[in-house]
Order: sequence, then structure tokens, then C-alpha cells
Amino acid sequence: MTARKALQEARLILIGIPVALWTLVPIYHMFLFALSSKDDAFSGRLWPAHPTLNNFRIVFEEKHYFLNHFWTQLGNSLVIAIAVGVITLAIAAAAAFAISRLKARGGRLLMNCALFTYFIPAAFLAVPMYKAMGVYGILNTQWALILAMITLASPYAIWVLKQASDKLPFELDEAARIDGASPLQLFRLVYVPLMVPSLVAIGTYALLLAWNEYLYAFLLLSNDKDITLAVALGHFLSADDSPWEILMATGLVYALPPAAIYYVFRRYMVSGLTAGAVKA
Amino acid sequence: MSTIALPQSEPAVPTGPARKGLTTWQRWGLVLLAPYAAVFVVFVVYPVVYGLWLARHPQSYVNLVNDPIFFGSVVNTLIFLIVAINLKMAVALALSGFFVRTNAWIRWLSVLFILPWAVPSIPTILSLRFMLNPEWGIVNQTIFKLTGADGPNWLNDRWLALSMAMAVHVWKSLPFWTMILIAGRLSIPAEHYEAAGVDGARTLQKFRYITWPALRGLYLTSLILSMIWTLGDFNSVYLLTGGGPADLTHVLATLGIRYLRLDQVDLSMATIVCALPLVLPLVYFMMKRLSK
Repeated sequence: MTARKALQEARLILIGIPVALWTLVPIYHMFLFALSSKDDAFSGRLWPAHPTLNNFRIVFEEKHYFLNHFWTQLGNSLVIAIAVGVITLAIAAAAAFAISRLKARGGRLLMNCALFTYFIPAAFLAVPMYKAMGVYGILNTQWALILAMITLASPYAIWVLKQASDKLPFELDEAARIDGASPLQLFRLVYVPLMVPSLVAIGTYALLLAWNEYLYAFLLLSNDKDITLAVALGHFLSADDSPWEILMATGLVYALPPAAIYYVFRRYMVSGLTAGAVKA
Repeated sequence: MSTIALPQSEPAVPTGPARKGLTTWQRWGLVLLAPYAAVFVVFVVYPVVYGLWLARHPQSYVNLVNDPIFFGSVVNTLIFLIVAINLKMAVALALSGFFVRTNAWIRWLSVLFILPWAVPSIPTILSLRFMLNPEWGIVNQTIFKLTGADGPNWLNDRWLALSMAMAVHVWKSLPFWTMILIAGRLSIPAEHYEAAGVDGARTLQKFRYITWPALRGLYLTSLILSMIWTLGDFNSVYLLTGGGPADLTHVLATLGIRYLRLDQVDLSMATIVCALPLVLPLVYFMMKRLSK
């Protein structure tokens, strides 16, 4: 019996090792480069001969042509991500509340509009969106990116929040009404407190979506002082002899906050974001 | 007035534009819907209509079809959808069975396994890009150390480069779909497996008669959804190969953006319109499934 168990464990490990390697090697490679001097990075070693934090010093002191506005761009990424997170949350919570709890007229239609938007491949909407932003005269401003990301994030946000709202007992609403609560009081005092886990998941989702976005950011922004860090990373590719070790150090700085946020809110994220899917 | 019961169903008779008849609650409902309705009209409806209007000239489509890159991109897109997505979902289904096990080390591995999905694509795809560099990349240097032979020029051959782009796509999105299927597996009552175990069912039989019937719907939904999203996957191809070598690895998403960058907006929109016969049936299917 124990022999069979050991065999089973061995078989699992045989699956586990390739999975771990597949998952971690590209990320490890990023670490490796970030800690290497240029010579070490290009040597093909699996660990640098002389690990160094010099790349990070160059990044933080903006000591490279590609990084002249590093701190500004990091700030842009942050401001845009927070704006998208907060505004998406407000729009989606209001819509989900109206659709699910107030049974507002047209709510179903709007839900379908949202779902339709959710299913348009993002790269296909990018081209018309780019042209429309030109017409509205906000191309190359950060509002263009914020509004575009709100458009991309709200459909899923509304969908998830509506699913979660439908599960709250309606007796609560009725009780509040009988006590004479106004719709806004119901929203503020009953709905929002009960929805906190879903709201946290959705706010985080929208924030990460905006922080991670590359395509829309690189289409809608062009000025070096306006672009997000994602676009700045893409600029490294424009040179043939890019300083890859510095690129990877910058990339690591850029990748850490979303990974950290994800792990902090992991419990909310997994249950909140997969709930809708499983039902389907 | 505000004590009128809320969950009343819609009146059977159309009420017409009876604005005066709205209760405070109904009015608030409309007010709260308004922000998203505005976003939808201004940033979805208008751009889409305007885009279609830009794509109205038949000449755009003639030019598009005459561009040799176009046909290759269509082929690449189809290969991407059929091969990469099916492979990814099959692996996700298998791995979800691995990750629902309760061993402590598998729990830990599942935490790490999410990383490709949790970190932004740009730095990781660029990291992969350098790994595949023919001279300096760690892959070919390792091949050289182990065998003494030169590794292939990964990103300089159409099919090899496209395969690598598909691998990048799978690497990035596998954790997400595995997570979805794990959630699906966890919602299957454990008693079913216990009963089957008592009856002497083998692992494969358990999968065939319990797991698969329960997961089939979710699997199909995930497959379609993943196909739709993959049509819009710009990063995996653009950041890895940039469409090269010689524009041979473009997919429709990167081709559309390429035309836009070349200031040929009509061709860009025409590319997207050409993808619609592929997108709309999938979208219709998903809408029917999810808006129930």
C-alpha cells in the first residue's frame, strides 16, 4: 500500500517538475538579467558570476537614455491605474445595483450591451477607439487611456457584480424600503457593505488591467512624459543594441506591484472572478 | 410612494413614454444606469459605427486581398486559434485535475503557477524574446553547452516563430483557464467520486463518467471565450516577433495595428471587418449562453 502511494507521489512529481520549470524559467530569466552586468547577461550562465544591483541604480537614478522619465512614467502608470480602478468601480457598482436590485427599465438591454463589449476582441476595438479619440480631441492625453480602459474594464465588472448582487436576499431591500430608506440609502447602507468582497475583487481587476495594458497605452499616448511604464518598456525594442539587462530590471520593477497586489487579494480575486464563469 | 413593492414584474401592456408614471425608485434606476450607458454610446457605439464607415470602400478590400501579408495572416490566425487554443484548454483540463489534489507541495506549486497570469505581459514576453535570441539567448547557449551544436534561429523562421508565439500565448493564459477549470472541478460533489470508487471505477472511468459530463459545458464556454480573446491577442505576437521575419508571423490583430501605424486606417478597419465572420458567430454563441 505504501509502495503504491510512493509510486503515485513519484508520478505527481514527474508532472510537477515540468510544470514548475515551464512556469518559472521566463520569470527567473528576468531576475537573472536584472542582477547581471551586460557581460554576465550575455554569457548564457544560469547565475551571474558577479551579481549586482547596479541595473536598479541606473533605473532609479534615470541614468539611461531610455529611462530619462522613469519616475514620471511610473507615476503615470499608477495614477491611470488608480483612476481606472475607482471610476470603473463606481460606474459598475451603480449599474449592477440598478439592474439587479432596482430592476431598472432597460437594465437587461444594458447588460447585454456590456456583454457584447466584453466579447469584442480588444485589439479590434483599439483601431476604432483610436480614431474616435482623435475626433473627441483627447488623443495623446491620459484621459484617452483612462476612458478607454474604463470601457474595457466595466463590462466584466458589471457582469460579476450583477451575479453577486443577485445572490443577496431581497428581503433586505424590502425591509429597508418599509423603514423608508431612499434608493441611495439602500445603496450606501445595505448594498455596498454587503458587496465589499466583490467590490474589492473588481476594483483590483480594473486596476491591474489598466496597469498591465500595453496596446491601448502605446496607441493613445505618445509624449515621453505622458506615457506609462509599459510603453516605455516597449521603446527599448526600437534600438538594435538595447540594454537588455536594464530593460529587465525596469521590467521587474514594473511587474512587482501587480504581482504583489494580486497575491494580497488572491482570495477575493479567485472566488470573485471565477464565480461568474463556473455558473456559465 | 416609496413603499410600492420593488420586485414587481414589467407590466404586460406597453406603457408608452409615460415619464410622469416613474416612481422615485425607477427614476433612480435610470440615473444609476446612465453612466455606463454613456460610456457605451461614446466609446463603443460611436467608434464602431465610425470604424465601419471608414471601412465602407470596396477598394480597401481589393487592396487588402492584394497585400500578400494578408493571406498569410489569416492562415496564421486560424492556426493560432485551432492549435494553440485547443492545446491550451486540453492542458488546462489535465492540469486542473493535478491541482485539485490536496498535497501541500501541490498547493504551493499552484500559488507559483499563477505567476505568468499575475504579472504584466511586456517584461515576461520580452524576457522570453531574449531567451530565444539565436546567439546570446540562454536557450541556444544551453543547447550549445550540452550538445556542442548550434540551436535553431527561433524567431527567424515563420513556423518556428509562430510556434513560439503560440507557446508564449499558452504560457501567459494557461494559469487563468486552469483556475477556471479547477473551480469547475471543485463544484462536483465529492460523493460522486466516492460512490464510483466503491463501485471499483478506475481513474479514466471516473473522468469519463463523472468529471467530463460535469465540466463539458464549462469547457466549451471557456474554449469559445478563449478563442474570441485570442483573436485580440496582440502582445504574444507583437512583443515576441514584431510580426517578423518579413511580416510572415502577423495575425489579424497585429496586422490591423500595423496598418494603423502606417496610416492606412481604411485597410486597418477592412482587416477587422474581414475578421467579423469569425468573431460574430462566437460572440452570438457566448451571448446566448451567458445572458440567460
